[in-house]
Amino acid sequence: MKLRQLSLFLENRPGQLKLPCQVLGKAGIDILTMSLADTQQFGILRLVVKEEEKARRALEAAGCVVNVTEVLAAEVPDRAGGLADVLEAFDRCGLSVEYMYPLTSGHHAKTAVLLFRVEDPDRAAPLLRERGVHILTREEAFRSVGA
Amino acid sequence: MKSHDAPRFHPASAPDYVPVPQLRSLQLERLKRIVRRAFDRVKLFRHRMEERKLVPDDVRALEDLGRLPFTVKTDLRDTYPFGLFASPMDEVVRLHASSGTTGKPTVVAYTQSDLEVWTEAMVRSLAACGLHRGDVVQNAYGYGLFTGGLGAHYGAEALGATVIPISGGNTERQIMVLQDFGVTAICCTPSYFLHLMERGRELGADFSKLRAGIFGAEPWSEAMRRRIEADTGVTAYDIYGLSEIIGPGVGIECFAQSGLHIFEDHFYPEIIDPQSGEVLPDGAEGELVLTTLSKDAMPMIRYRTRDVTAIVPEPCACGRSIRRIRRIARRSDDMFIIRGVNVFPSQVETALLAVEGTLPHYQIVLTREKGLDEMEVKVEVTPEVFSDQVRALEGLQRKLEQALDHTLGIRARVTLVGPRTLQRSEGKAKRVLDQRQI
Repeated sequence: MKLRQLSLFLENRPGQLKLPCQVLGKAGIDILTMSLADTQQFGILRLVVKEEEKARRALEAAGCVVNVTEVLAAEVPDRAGGLADVLEAFDRCGLSVEYMYPLTSGHHAKTAVLLFRVEDPDRAAPLLRERGVHILTREEAFRSVGA
Repeated sequence: MKSHDAPRFHPASAPDYVPVPQLRSLQLERLKRIVRRAFDRVKLFRHRMEERKLVPDDVRALEDLGRLPFTVKTDLRDTYPFGLFASPMDEVVRLHASSGTTGKPTVVAYTQSDLEVWTEAMVRSLAACGLHRGDVVQNAYGYGLFTGGLGAHYGAEALGATVIPISGGNTERQIMVLQDFGVTAICCTPSYFLHLMERGRELGADFSKLRAGIFGAEPWSEAMRRRIEADTGVTAYDIYGLSEIIGPGVGIECFAQSGLHIFEDHFYPEIIDPQSGEVLPDGAEGELVLTTLSKDAMPMIRYRTRDVTAIVPEPCACGRSIRRIRRIARRSDDMFIIRGVNVFPSQVETALLAVEGTLPHYQIVLTREKGLDEMEVKVEVTPEVFSDQVRALEGLQRKLEQALDHTLGIRARVTLVGPRTLQRSEGKAKRVLDQRQI
């Protein structure tokens, strides 16, 4: 029901984003999705891969600071207002979204899958399910991106 | 399991406990001899004595030392290479030299008997922090012209410990040896030790046998000691020394870890006002001045160390009669002035450590923008403080800036940098990068 996301600290200078990608490439690890938060000074790269432990070890061995957090994968209907409806459910559960980014968009499917970072995913998942939000299992989430 | 908290008495430590009156009379006797020797054999010293209309016989009491001229670092450079030697070369059995950051290095010399004094001081140092026969000592001080390596080496060997002369550098090999050889004590700089531990953790190394660290050759704070001890379970002892006096082993902490005992039967300490040169009473803070009482090849009379400390007048819990100095957190020439405020790197370190979870890998960068001094403190991000949320990291940055502002009274910009991006020296940490064009 939860996905483990890897976050990396990046300094804000040329070449910083490439390094972790090369490390994962060499380790034969496919990046399923990613998002980059940036400030004037530094950035945080968030990644989802299938083999988190192997990825974490490879990145740490290359000198990266890696943080593992859990995110929820929620299905969002691919129609006008679909995301607003899902966020309405978050609101009603009293959950605040720290950040979110897509795992799959709905080009060929009727739904998109978005990853949500909330404070307490274990508490949030059943609440959201009660409100009719489809929270994907780990396997379902990976399958949705064909991994 | 041997304990470092209740060290066995080592016979070599006997001079540490000599009753004070006996110690003072020994010091006076040695002082008279060494002043005579320097006067007779070192031109610069004789010349300075004559300028002051002083002769060796004017030294009748220890207090008379205060009338003698100082020796400073530049005297060694000005008389490069051998101008301050008091022994002919056929009696000099060893030379060491300091890395001269500007120009020529400073050269120091030892006779056979000087080396014996040095080894004795190092044995007493290691014994004071509870090391003994059976300990396995990894000596990661650099071997070579630097006095750290050989000084610690011969001391640990004479103590009867098993010495691993690994020297500095090659971190991966250090970690392998530390683990596989069952090392119980390590000698290196505190900043290099942190680097070793950090790398060791990444490699999953087991350092459970390591109990004591003999750390020196750079100033480090009490906060850093607490961090090292909490993180690693190693008891961290501060050792003091300088090549001009003899090398490591001028002084060290005992198990009480409350100031450094100076082996003052060989190295006589005074505290002076660095401006006026006036001798200050015990307890007052000032510059440490040392006189070698038993070194023949290169006697140092009233050498100005530039290290800021105070003599601790109270007796130590360990019962040693030799006096202590407070830990040296700063050197008078480490200080930099920014926007009119005097700042020591150790103050920055204390401020950073006050913010929970920050490992002390940092560098201070001074720049001048449009005529205004700017201070930037680069702090490495560690797994403990790193978060996937921007606002958590920005919060950390702000907390660090506030702690600096609070401690120093000036604004500094904190920049979070990636792990291991700041330069790790194998020896002394380069904490301040002054890029101001003045």
